Amino acid sequence: MVTSNSELAYNGKIEGEVIVSRADAVINWIRTNSVWPMPMGLACCAIELMAVGNGRFDIARFGAEVMRFSPRQADCMIVAGTVTYKMAPVVRRIYDQMTSPKWVIAMGACASSGGMYRSYATLQGVDRIIPVDVYVSGCPPRPEALLDALIKLQAKIKAERSASELFTAST
Amino acid sequence: MSASVDAITYIKSTFPSVTDRLSSDWPAVNVPTGELISVLKSLRDEQAFDLLSDVTAIDWAEGASPRFTVVYHLYSTTSHAAIRVATPCTGDDAAPTVPSVVPLWPGANWHEREAYDMFGITFEGHPDLRRILMWDGYPYHPLRKEFPLAGIETVLPDSAVAEETKAKVIAAPMMGGPFVASAGEMNLTDAEPRAKDESWSERSAKPGA
Ligand code: SF4
Repeated sequence: MVTSNSELAYNGKIEGEVIVSRADAVINWIRTNSVWPMPMGLACCAIELMAVGNGRFDIARFGAEVMRFSPRQADCMIVAGTVTYKMAPVVRRIYDQMTSPKWVIAMGACASSGGMYRSYATLQGVDRIIPVDVYVSGCPPRPEALLDALIKLQAKIKAERSASELFTAST
Repeated sequence: MSASVDAITYIKSTFPSVTDRLSSDWPAVNVPTGELISVLKSLRDEQAFDLLSDVTAIDWAEGASPRFTVVYHLYSTTSHAAIRVATPCTGDDAAPTVPSVVPLWPGANWHEREAYDMFGITFEGHPDLRRILMWDGYPYHPLRKEFPLAGIETVLPDSAVAEETKAKVIAAPMMGGPFVASAGEMNLTDAEPRAKDESWSERSAKPGA
């Protein structure tokens, strides 16, 4: 029976300072709760992205408040805005500079599909040049929608087979 | 406003080839290309139109003569008057030409680069006539009438990225668009884009087509 005195969690005295778990669970637990975003702010959506970092919405509650302007320190590129063809190779270069594991959130209609810009100058969805993990609808999406995307991304990270990727030789 | 009218009177008496141009806001004149620089210089120095606020262009569509007109918007920071000067481009459709006004107003530099980028107008004497919005090497001038809004397929600006991603600059899917109002004299509700049948797209063909 569960009483207020019951110890449900790990007890160092009994277990002897040892925790047994799965590598995947531990790695994913770490990755999930410290996603460092790379704010790829390209248009109006970037304003909502900034709002997500403010106290009112507070992305820090989900461990993703450390916006990194260097791709080498970032895990998750948030493409917030209209990707023009002129900018597209730059976005791809920055993505290539991010170290693995890395994820991409396409924030807003423009990044997801070109949005209302059915035009000669706009890349019709950033997924044409980089792999996207989560798409966020909206023009612009509410900050809560981006938080929802982050939570979805965290669920995705939790389900990854991280250990096998880490410990088997990759090319 | 009277300062602009005075300026028009002055410029027309000094340059007889200058004619009035239809305008719904401030006064405007048509100037032959050959006299453009002297007219603008005279407006700047004699009439105190010291600020060139815009340089833009008009494409009158294929077959029109002249096909391209370049428009200069001048403003006086002392009399607060505005005036518009238009001049036809010389040269053929492929390479329309006007003299550059960068020597008169250095601020014209980027305006002329934009007009060059969008319309392919050559500004003779421009110090650095490169594209400003589209990338170097883009093969078209997108604001020309014959250029479709959706664009024309071509290659990405960066060949390494293009090779890796297999991505191209494509004609944008219009999904039943372009969503513009119908032209002509008609009931405004019927002219609305939503009054048209836009149920068709790239994937479902236009009914009856
Ligand atoms: S989706 Fe809307 S708000 Fe976001 S960048 Fe595009 S136009 Fe701006």
